[in-house]
Amino acid sequence: MSQTKTKDHAALAGAFIKDEERVDWHDGALWYIREKRDIAAKQIPEWEQLREAASNIKSNVISNLHEYLLQFEANLIKNGITVHWADSAEEHNEIVYSILKAKEINQMVKSKSMLTEECHLNEYLEERGIEVINSDLGEYIQQIDNEPPSHIVLPCIHKRKEEIGELFHEHLGTEKGLSDPTLLTRVARKHLRNIFLTRRGALTGVNFAVAETGEYVVCTNEGNADMGAHLSEVQIASMGLEKLIPQKKHLGIFLRLLARSATGQPITIYSSHFKKPRKGQEMHLILVDAGRTRQLGRKDFRDSLKCIKCGSCMNTCPVYRKSGGLSYHNTISGPIGAILAPNLDMKRHADLPFASTLCGSCSNVCPVKINIHDQLYKWRQVIVKEGYAANTKALGMKTMAWTFSSPVRITKVGEAGRWFLQNIPFVLNNKFNPWFKQRDMPEGPKESFTEWFIKNENKKP
Amino acid sequence: MNVGLFIPCYVNQFYPNAAKATFELLQKSGVNVTYPVNQTCCGQPMANSGFEHLSKGCNDIFIENFSSFDYIVGPSASCVLHIKDHLHSDKDEELAANIRTKVYELVEFLTDIVKIEKLNAFFPHRVGLHHSCHGLRGLHLSQMSELNAPPFSKPQYLLNMVKGLEQIKLDRLDECCGFGGMFCVTEEAVSVKMGKDRITDHSKNGAEYITSSDLSCLMHLEGILHRNRSAVKVIHIAEILNGAT
Repeated sequence: MSQTKTKDHAALAGAFIKDEERVDWHDGALWYIREKRDIAAKQIPEWEQLREAASNIKSNVISNLHEYLLQFEANLIKNGITVHWADSAEEHNEIVYSILKAKEINQMVKSKSMLTEECHLNEYLEERGIEVINSDLGEYIQQIDNEPPSHIVLPCIHKRKEEIGELFHEHLGTEKGLSDPTLLTRVARKHLRNIFLTRRGALTGVNFAVAETGEYVVCTNEGNADMGAHLSEVQIASMGLEKLIPQKKHLGIFLRLLARSATGQPITIYSSHFKKPRKGQEMHLILVDAGRTRQLGRKDFRDSLKCIKCGSCMNTCPVYRKSGGLSYHNTISGPIGAILAPNLDMKRHADLPFASTLCGSCSNVCPVKINIHDQLYKWRQVIVKEGYAANTKALGMKTMAWTFSSPVRITKVGEAGRWFLQNIPFVLNNKFNPWFKQRDMPEGPKESFTEWFIKNENKKP
Repeated sequence: MNVGLFIPCYVNQFYPNAAKATFELLQKSGVNVTYPVNQTCCGQPMANSGFEHLSKGCNDIFIENFSSFDYIVGPSASCVLHIKDHLHSDKDEELAANIRTKVYELVEFLTDIVKIEKLNAFFPHRVGLHHSCHGLRGLHLSQMSELNAPPFSKPQYLLNMVKGLEQIKLDRLDECCGFGGMFCVTEEAVSVKMGKDRITDHSKNGAEYITSSDLSCLMHLEGILHRNRSAVKVIHIAEILNGAT
């Protein structure tokens, strides 16, 4: 029978790990960013209070989303921005297409937006004759390689500079063998400059949308969102419903947390505020649900909507660092992806909450204090109850539960295990036992603690 | 003070020396220790795999064995955390809730309840301390490197009392070893790579022994060390504190 199913995280991670040298620098590069984040966080005495405040503000937002959305919409309209509501990814894509079509635009430049990746906007527009260029350098590299981003902040962190040089040689005509990052960046910059100058339509994501003023903030290090937006006739912003903050003053908390958490920078190079169209320009903002209100209805998982997409949980996650973002087969990878994805398609993403040791480091770096590792544990319970665990696993677990719930049975199994380990270890040490592939089994001691204890107690006068 | 000794199932079967050391340490610290011989498993293997609903049998047995003690102490942060967070009972939830508040991991019991000030232990070796994630981020045995908060370490405090012991410094203070329960077999490749990298950190910084308050981490690391014929050994912290030589 042919297998058409997407490979699961374990299989994809296993393939990534085969190139151990790559894993080592991937792990090292991300750990370096985690360390930069630690240094930045520890320079702010009130860091933990900032996290607490941000978490509370976001709790308020997701608990009163209805009011904030209406307030935001009213202010957007006042500012002259056209507001669209999209229930699904498809509806979002249709709206973007209709805006561009009305102005007969067939080329668009797009700055980083995980939401449009989630909606597969580029593919949708390309099928309808509209060319999209991603202007964030990392996303641009991923686009020319026809691969999704592997990290929400560092889209091509899994690629070596030599591989990027090869891509540039193939697509941008650079000299073969050129892999100096500065030189490659200059080439990309020149190429993108021309894109910015010629595109009439520009789309950006949204980092923070301010309900009280009807403005939105886009954070980039490259200034690419501004370049696209300022030179466009039609500016579109796509945002998930959860991106709201109540007041402008709250940016003082979120902007301080975002860049420090993401890369260890005090602030992103550009924090661009967009409020109203220039004369002769059209501005559109699309508010997208695409499963967010469903997640809001899940008591145990609603806090995942507080996420500000800093990527710090990925950088700190040892599983992510060793397995690469693409092994999560979802737009948002890593720990946060693993708690968001099952909401979108539980069957397809049933493996992701299990792709974790539940070490808890993710929850500790999260700038809005999402209890990510607790949610991973809870998703596991939901996935099993909904019947998405493999049958073999369910049977094994039932046997284990039956064994472990009886002192007699557990003793028998333990004795048998130790007997095999001592006498014929190859019964347990074989290729069908995944433990044994790269690890030895413990040596089987002669007696268990219980046996020793009973003997010892009986010796006492 | 009546203490029930909680020895996790795999420690009982595979690491009886760590269990003996725990038993002796508790006796030496002056508490009245009892070992209920009919105990089984905390239920964590099922629960962490998403089958928490199948761990009821384990819960009932745990409550049966341990409800009468002032404290319950075990040499495994992970199993203790599981009881603390997830022990429930359909029959008597109040009793389960009470047990959740009096279960302690060995190190924190010695520092927080017994308030131990000196130990008669000698271990003339270079030792790397591996923080188990459940001990660190679950039970807060030490300060977590991610937080901007004052440092402390309960296991380090106890290891400092051991004569001759030299603690090595690690590049990554508290990174996960990759055991992760069933994760170690369902995500074998990632699990082993994580373990290998932890070992490298310890060995390149000169550790002769890796110690921890969790044997599950150590069992995983030991499996990799053995396979690679490494000279580095693992030892449970109870064995060092109890005066291993």
